Order: sequence, then structure tokens, then C-alpha cells
Amino acid sequence: MATATATHEEHHDHGPAKGLMRWVTTTNHKDIGTLYLLFALLMFMIGGAMAMVIRLELFQPGLQFVDPGFFNQMTTVHALVMIFGGVMPAFVGLANWMLPIMIGGPDMALPRMNNWSFWILPFAFAMLLSTFFMDGGAPAGGWTIYPPLVLQGGNGFPFMIFAIHMMGISSVMGAINVIVTILNMRAPGMTLMKMPLFVWTWFITAYLLIAVMPVLAGAVTMLLTDRFFDTSFFNAAGGGDPVLFQHIFWFFGHPEVYILILPAFGIVSAIIPTFARKPLFGYSSMVYATSSIAFLSFIVWAHHMFTVGLPLEGELFFMYATMLIAVPTGVKVFNWISTMWKGSMTFETPMLFSIGFVIMFTIGGFSGLMLAIAPADFQYHDTYFVVAHFHYVLVTGAVYSIMAAAYYWLPKWTGNMYNETMGKWHFWLSTISVNVLFFPQHFLGLAGMPRRIPDYSVQFAEFNMWSSLGGFAFGLSQVFFCYIVYKTIQGGEKATDQVWEGADGLEWELSSPPPYHSFTTPPKIK
Amino acid sequence: MSTDNTYYVPHSAKWPIVGSIGMTLLLGGFAGQLNGSSMADNIMLVGLLVTIYMLFGWFGDVIEESESGAYNKAEDASFRIGMVWFIFSEVMFFAAFFGALYYIRVFSVPWLGGADSGAATHEFLWNSYEAIWPTNGPEAIGGEYQKMSAWGLPSINTLILLTSGVTVTVAHWGLVANKRKQLIWALAATVALGFIFVVLQAVEYGHGYHDLNLTMGSGVYGSTFYMLTGFHGFHVTVGAIMLAVVLVRSIKGHFTAEHHFAFEAAAWYWHFVDVVWLGLFIFVYWL
Amino acid sequence: MDKLKQFFARSSILAGISGVAHAEYGLNLPVGVTETSQAVYGLHMQILWVCIIIACVVFGAMIWSMVFHRKSQGAVAEQFHESMAAELVWTVVPFIILIVMAVPATKVLVDMHDVSEPDMSIKVTGYQWKWRYEYINEDIDFFSSLDAASNEARQVGSDIDPATVEHYLLNVDRPLVIPVGKKIRFLLTASDVIHSWWVPDFGWKKDAIPGFINEAWVKVDKPGVYRGQCAELCGRDHGFMPIVVEVKSTEDYAAWVQSQKSSAELTNSAVVETLPPQELKQQGKKVYQANCAACHQQKGEGVPGVFPAITASAVVTGEISKHIDLVMNGKPGTAMAAFKGQLSDLELAAVITYQRNSLGNKVGDAVQPTEIAALR
Ligand code: HEM
Ligand SMILES: [Cu+2]
Ligand SMILES: [Cu+2]
Repeated sequence: MATATATHEEHHDHGPAKGLMRWVTTTNHKDIGTLYLLFALLMFMIGGAMAMVIRLELFQPGLQFVDPGFFNQMTTVHALVMIFGGVMPAFVGLANWMLPIMIGGPDMALPRMNNWSFWILPFAFAMLLSTFFMDGGAPAGGWTIYPPLVLQGGNGFPFMIFAIHMMGISSVMGAINVIVTILNMRAPGMTLMKMPLFVWTWFITAYLLIAVMPVLAGAVTMLLTDRFFDTSFFNAAGGGDPVLFQHIFWFFGHPEVYILILPAFGIVSAIIPTFARKPLFGYSSMVYATSSIAFLSFIVWAHHMFTVGLPLEGELFFMYATMLIAVPTGVKVFNWISTMWKGSMTFETPMLFSIGFVIMFTIGGFSGLMLAIAPADFQYHDTYFVVAHFHYVLVTGAVYSIMAAAYYWLPKWTGNMYNETMGKWHFWLSTISVNVLFFPQHFLGLAGMPRRIPDYSVQFAEFNMWSSLGGFAFGLSQVFFCYIVYKTIQGGEKATDQVWEGADGLEWELSSPPPYHSFTTPPKIK
Repeated sequence: MSTDNTYYVPHSAKWPIVGSIGMTLLLGGFAGQLNGSSMADNIMLVGLLVTIYMLFGWFGDVIEESESGAYNKAEDASFRIGMVWFIFSEVMFFAAFFGALYYIRVFSVPWLGGADSGAATHEFLWNSYEAIWPTNGPEAIGGEYQKMSAWGLPSINTLILLTSGVTVTVAHWGLVANKRKQLIWALAATVALGFIFVVLQAVEYGHGYHDLNLTMGSGVYGSTFYMLTGFHGFHVTVGAIMLAVVLVRSIKGHFTAEHHFAFEAAAWYWHFVDVVWLGLFIFVYWL
Repeated sequence: MDKLKQFFARSSILAGISGVAHAEYGLNLPVGVTETSQAVYGLHMQILWVCIIIACVVFGAMIWSMVFHRKSQGAVAEQFHESMAAELVWTVVPFIILIVMAVPATKVLVDMHDVSEPDMSIKVTGYQWKWRYEYINEDIDFFSSLDAASNEARQVGSDIDPATVEHYLLNVDRPLVIPVGKKIRFLLTASDVIHSWWVPDFGWKKDAIPGFINEAWVKVDKPGVYRGQCAELCGRDHGFMPIVVEVKSTEDYAAWVQSQKSSAELTNSAVVETLPPQELKQQGKKVYQANCAACHQQKGEGVPGVFPAITASAVVTGEISKHIDLVMNGKPGTAMAAFKGQLSDLELAAVITYQRNSLGNKVGDAVQPTEIAALR
């Protein structure tokens, strides 16, 4: 017993260890959060480089640079890297940094497992990216890995499957940690309905993750056995059905897109009140809306499959359910606007990104609503219209929220203010270029350009050129973002503890940067 | 025992990185083996050894901490909540396969046989196919086979697992009533039943492969049969190992009436594989 | 409802985003040439306008607030943060709007599913990377792949400006031909991976799934040539398997059917005479370029790890019977298709002879169409 107390004491007056091993063996939620965020940034850059290759080939009609097979590898790995390596780890990083602080806890509940959740990822992505150097190259069947096409892959195929398994294990462990932390580590007085919305949205996201990542694992396992162990799950000749895979995949996939956006809702719900200097409008309805979105997300999956030839009743059901999901999504948007209404707003970079989020995410929501109409989706499906839709919700939605969060909390994390002028430049460059990049894709899709093609007929040339130019500009803007982050970590004007005049919440009661161990004694909750 | 409110945060952890390396070697080696690479077996073996080393080390550390009293109510609650949701994630993993079975039996096979919206599929592609479960599909993939009957080994296995569910509960009663003998003997019985189940399952597979020509390649019937029972058998093995560890610890005098999370975790897990088996017995063997 | 539709259609023209007004730019969905496609277009415009109107209200409120409720304007924040009435309104009103939209959408969907009582049926099979059309109860059955001009121009580094190729990537060697004003049922399936058959002017796409048949139908009002593409990622040349449908008047269609029948007899009549290897090789080159080069490459070098090389291949330079067997029956579980269903005796004989004696191989033997016929 004495030894145990000694461990406690020792580790309280200890700062972080030194050197590389600090990062490899750390159990500190802030260290792990930092690791996640830096890893996500790296993955954004790698996935972004692939996007540049894609846009370069699509700059003009004709095949100028890459072979069609390699093009398909680019689109496939770009998406996998961005979703599983960029957006998800970035959100987990934010959760690691902020959740324990926001609920007044000492750390994440399962610190060792927390370390493992992160340290699986570099190995998983090394495995995924190593397929580029194998016979047959990287997976090229699209991120949706539909059989039978994906089964035709080269030697990279089983490596991709196992990489996905590892990402899934990491996500599930991360999600369990979030749930346990929220249920068990709250400071006395921090009731569920007092938790900041970022905590709430992550709480619900974690449940989605636990529910669907194992389903994805099951799906890819069946792919593996269909290819190597003679099973017939997705082969009609043996009584199976290729469409079965799509059902299982999208049962994972649709909740997955909410996994990619619910934490974003939480971030924006933290930032807008700060800069409107006004409490969040409709806190409890936000909680209920998030919960109903999460629930509905389990019964809409086949809207990705309207064209596979579902029975009529099926198509009707999934159409209605999908349209329904627009209602709680709308509630959130209305709440954010009501929070701004009659506030006293200033427009620092985090607020700019949040406002950009609200507007452009809503545009993505509108196209989502259009896609929900099954007969119309027969036209839209698998065209650039869909590409535009999910990039509006994912880039100007999820990624914008991550940037907003980065600007919002960087001063807290590093103790240094970022350069506001540069931040504003970053916002405007990104916002202009991202719209040049993705808005024309709506038109391309409506005019008949399918997605996932390396070359197109000449009538699509002009919009593709604009889109590519926007793409290059957007890519460059993000290099600029890396520079801003780097500068802020290096130094700069010292941040106060409060950082933002209107900010409210436990994180602002700690110093900037916060001590290595956040709340060793629980804070008082008002 | 420390009674203050400080939550135990280990100050550094080397096992996760060992685990990552082990997992990568194991899975990477497996992938290489599937591709027919000659070195892969060795890589896999090394990966397996590293993973086992990690498991021993990691759990060893945790057991030591637990025995030295580092964990209070709060830590205990964390473990419990974590275990519950881990089991839930396992349930969802099985849900994927049960979902596949459901879809195959209710949709794809009848459609291939011409039911409902499958009329044209049947007429133009699989004219002579009759959809009767079990099936290995319109092209009779894997050749003639026989169905695995529910009333031989599988029903014995059902009895075994149900009994083991009882014995593990008896062990728990022993633990909370501080009757160590009851704890140890009932637990030992549970572990034994678990391993007997696994052995019988292996015997059944041998029967399937050698006598019935029922293989993983026997169309969707073989696929779903071996996939579901195979993953279940794997989970039984893991559960039995967990219980075995708990048994050894019980013999060593670990656990108290109030403080025995590891026991409960293993027991919950055991009940979970039990329930999955009932689902299997009904939907895979019987109906 | 119809009034509403008309209103939306008309206002869209006024707003200048109609497909008709800007046909050459292709900014919007095509109105199309079937009743279905027009109905779909109507739904599309309806939902688009609903979105635009909601957007105006929502973004309007937001911009108003950003202009007038800013600190630099001296705005002082009020502290309200709840309003049951507002919450109720913005839950119920969108709900009602959705119901209003669901009604016509349901009608159109039900209609699209009604494949009963067709005038004729065509089975469409997707292959990597071409389409096959079989007219049910007519003796017409052919493949349709990317036309030669596009195919040449689309090679990496071809230096051919796509703008100089007519209907670049949207043209085929043999279009599908259907009669105007008849209800045609399509039976869609695939032989290898999932494809998706899509002609925007018909108002829908539908997946072609191996082992299953999906049904869909069209009734085209206007003769003409309509173009589309495969819409489901199907591998390397997914972007290069266009669809062209020629819709002909009843008389023209009848004449076309006649001409097909006589030419079918020609190809179907077995080739009995023995052809000189040289001629086989020449014909084989064309067959190779059209059917094999997509995977095994123009010069036969293949793609390491996925598509084996023809040059110096063990099968190709080995025993001829094994070579014939592989080409005719394919290799299950890989992208190598069974070509006996796709090519004639002559074509098979030609391409096998070509592979053995070209692309860097010099085996020296040949196979005759009659030998292939004997193996069927
Ligand atoms: C109002 C809410 C939304 C609705 C009604 C909606 C509806 C849809 C529909 C019907 C599709 C299928 C389109 C097709 O393939 O034909 C789709 C695709 C997609 N959506 Fe959404 N969506 C919504 C919000 C979101 C959000 C919040 C995200 C992610 C943050 C998202 C991400 C995606 C992605 C990634 C795809 C494409 C997946 C693929 O095929 O690769 N959507 N959406
Ligand atoms: Cu979805
Ligand atoms: Cu295709």
C-alpha cells in the first residue's frame, strides 16, 4: 500500500519525461492529444498530396500524367487516409486534450489504453501506405471497397484489410475511453446536462464508433475470406450477393459520416457563443437533436444504395428516413443562428471558420437533402454532384471545424497567441479556393460527369479546370496553415488564461499552457 | 490502500508500443503469407510471440498494481464500464455476421430462386436453381455436401456451455461468500468445460470436412457456418484463457469479496459467448 | 401539383439555371426525353427551389445578424437562450415541407418501378470494360465498346487533343438501337464486377450486378442519339465504357433489325476454311486491342501483380491447348474473363494466334476457327 501511495506522489511532482520515449510511452492525455493532432496533420498533408495528383490529372481532358489504374489508387487511398487518418484522429486528439479538462477530471480514464489507441495508428497507416510499393499497387476499388472489384486487387489487398482492422481496434479503444471518461471522471457537480456540447457530441460519437467499427471489421473480414478462403458471401454463384457487402458497409458508413461531423457540431457550439458573447441557444434541444441524429443514422444507410435495385418498399423507407434526418440537422443550424442573433459579435479566426462551417456545411446539407429524394438520386448518384456534397460536409464541415478548434485552443495549448492577421488570411484564402474547388462540381455532376474517372469528355473541361485551380490554391493555403501552427508553437505573444473575452468553461480556468496534470483536485462547478 | 480521491494514472507505459509492433508483425506476416510469400510464416511467428509477451507484461503490470492496492472505486468503475462497452463492441462484430446470415437466408437465396423481385434473376440467370436452405448456391460451389445436424455434438456443446454458465455463477457465489474452495473448484470446472467445448468443436469441424464434405467453400451455407461458429469458437478460447488466468490468480489468493473486477470481467465475457452460442444453435444449426 | 411543377419549371428558366436555356454549358440536370426523366427533372427543380428559399431565409438571418449584431457596431449581447415556440416552429415547419416533397417523389418512384407489360426486353450485361446487348426473343446480341478514335486519343501521352475527337469518350463502336415510343424493359446484369448503366436523358441509372438481374424501363418520346457512361467504379477503365443509344422511328428500327439478322447469319455461319496464320495474326491484332490490351497492355507487358504479361508468358509460349483453354474459359476469381461467350470462333482463333506470334513471342504455331468450334 505504501508503494502505491509512493507511485502517486512521485508522479505528481514529475513533469514529462524527456526525449523520444516521452512520446512513445506517455499516458498523459495532453501528450496523446498532441500526438493525435500532429499525426492527423501529417495525414492531411499526405492525403492532400494525393488530392493534388487527382486534380492535376483532371485539369484537362485526356490522360497527361498518370495511368488510370494509378488514378484509382489515388482516389481510394486519398479517401481512406483523409477519413481514417485525418478527420477521425484529429477529433480524437481534440477529445484527448479537451474532454478531461472540460469535465474537470484528472486525465482520461484508461491512460495506458489511450496510449495504445494512438500508437496503433502509425503502424496501421504505414501498412496501408506500404501497399503502394507492392505488386499491383495500392487498393484501387474505391474507399467503399465494394466486391467483386476490390477482390481483384494485387498483393496490397490483405494489407489494406488488416490496416482497416487496426484502425478499427484503435477507434474502438479510443471510443471506450471517451465513454468511460465521461461517465466516470466528471468533477462533482458536473451533471450530464451541464457538460459542454463538445463533450456531449463526443459522448454520442463514441457510441456510434463502438456500434459500427466492429461491423466494418466484420465486413472486411468477409472480403478477406471471400478472396483467400473460398467463402461465397458476396458471390451469387454460391448463394451470396455483392449487394450484401454494401448493406453491411453502409450500416457502418452512414453512422461513420456522423462520427465525422458530430464532434464538429460540438466545436462550433463552443466557439459561436464565445464570440457572440451570448450563451448557446437551445442547449438541451442541441443534445436531443444530436441524439436523434445518431439514432436515425442507423436506419438510413441504404440511401447510398438507391441504384442497386432495392425493392420498392425498401427505397421508400430509406428515402423517408433520410429526409427525416434533415429535421434535427436543421434544428442545430437554427440554434447556432439564434445564438448569434442579438449577440455582440467579433470575428477572430476561430469565429470565421465557425461561420464558414455553418454556411457551407448547410450547403452540403441542402445537397444531402436533394440526394435523399430517391428518384432524383437515380440521376445524382455516383456523379460529381455527390462528390461536391460530401466535400462540402467534410471539408468545409468537419475540416473547417477542426481548423476553428485549432485556432480557438492553440493559445490554451501552447500559451502563445497565433498571428491573427495570418489566421484571417488563411481563412479567406481557404474559403475562396475551397468554393472554387467544390462548387463547380455540383454543375459537373448535374451535367453528367460520373465520379472516380481519370478522364472526361470535353464538355466538362472548363469546370474541371476551375476546380483544379481552386484545388491547388486550397492545398497551398493549408501549407500556410502548417506554417502558422509552427510559428505559434515556436513563440509569439503570450496568451492570457482566459484567452477570449467571451469564453466560458473549465478550460479557461487553467493557465495557458495548462499544467501537465490538469485537475489534480476537482474544480468547483457553478 | 490509498483512500484519497486521486485517480491512478500510470506514469508511463511501454506495453502499448510493444503491442503495436507485435500486432503489425502478426497481421503483416499473415498478409504476406496469404500472398504466398515464403518469409511470412516466420514474421507471423515473431509477431505472435511479441504479442504474447505484451499480454503477459501488460496484464502482469495491471495485476501487480491491483494487488498492491493502487485501484479504488473509481478505477474499478472505469474498468467495469470499459468492459461492458468492449463486450458491446464484440456483440456488434457478431451482428455483422448474423446480419449476413439473415440477409442471405431472407433475401439473396430466395431471390436467386425467383422469389419476389428475383423473378427475372431466376428466369434469365439461374433457371434451374431451387432455393432450399441450406444451399451452396446456384453453381453448387464446393460440390455435394451434407448439412451439419443440430442434434449430435452441437446439442452436447449447448449443454456444456449452459452448464459452464452455471458453474461460473457458482464460483462467483463462492467468491462473495468467501468460500475459496467453492470458488476454485467451480471455476476449474468452468475452464474445463470451456476447453472441452473447443475440443468438441474441433472434432465437429473434422467431421464436417472429412465426412460431410462441408467446408468453408461450400457456398453460403459453408461460409456462414464456419465463419459464425469459427469466430465463436475463437471467442470461447479467449474466454476460457481469461477464466484460466482468473483461476490461477484465485489459487494464488488474489481477489476479495468486494474487489474482484477481473473475475467479473471474465464471467461477463463468458456469459456473452454463451448467449452468442444460443443464437448460433438456433439460427445456424437448428432452423 | 402539376401547377406547382409548371411554376417551378418556368421560374427555373427565368432564373437562367435551366438545362434548356444553357444546354451547351450543361449547368443543370437534362430534362431528358422520357416522361420519367421529365418527372425526375421536376422533382429536382422542386427540391432545389425549396433549398434555395430556405437558404435565403437562413443565410439572410445570419448575415443580418453579422452586420447588425457586432461588437464594433456597439451591439450589447442579450442573454436569452431558449424559446420553446421558436424550437417548435423550426421543427414542425421543415417536417411539413418534407412531407410535401415526399408525396410527388413517392409517385415518381412507384412509377419507375413498374416494369410490367413491356413491348420488348433487352438484356444488358456489363463487362470490364464494355457493354453487351442481347435482344430477348430476337436473334440480336452484340458488344459495344469505346470507339477507336477515343481509344487512341485517351492513351497516356497520346498527344491527340481530345477536343479534335468527336464525342470524345462518349462514343462506341456499336450503339444500342431501340424504337421510339415503345416501352422497353432492360434486364441489367454484369459478368465480372458491378457496373452501372446510365443515360442521363432517360432519367435514371441502375447498377448491373453480377449474378443478379435488375429491371428498369424507358419509353423514349424523341428519336435521336443519347449518350451516357458507366457510373459505378469497375476498375482500371471505368471511365472508358460509354453507352450510346440510338432511338429510331418504328420503320427505321424494323429495317435495322432486318439488317442485323442478315449480318448475324454471316458471322454465325461457321468458318470452315483454313486461314493462313498471317491473316489470323492480322485479325488477331484488332481483337487484342479491343479486348485484351486494357489489362495486358498494348505491347503485352501487363501490369505487375495484377495483370500478367503476355510477352514470354508461360501459358502463351507453352502448350497451345492450355492457352486456348485459358482464353476460352477464363480464370475464375480474377479479372480474366471467359472469352468464349464474348468472341466468335474466328476471333478467338485469331487472337490466340496473334498472342503466340507477336508481342515479343515467336512460338510459330496457329489455331484454326474450326478447332475452336470443336471445343465449344
Ligand atoms: C442533411 C443531412 C444529410 C443527408 C440528407 C445526406 C444524404 C446523403 C445521400 C442520400 C448520399 C448518397 C448519395 C449517392 O451516393 O447517390 C450521401 C452521400 C454522402 N454523404 Fe451525405 N447526407 C447528409 C449529411 C452528410 C454529412 C453530415 C456527412 C459527413 C460529414 C455526409 C457525408 C457523405 C458522404 C461521405 C457521402 C458519399 C459516400 C460515398 O459514396 O463515397 N453527408 N449523403
Ligand atoms: Cu449517408
Ligand atoms: Cu463499368
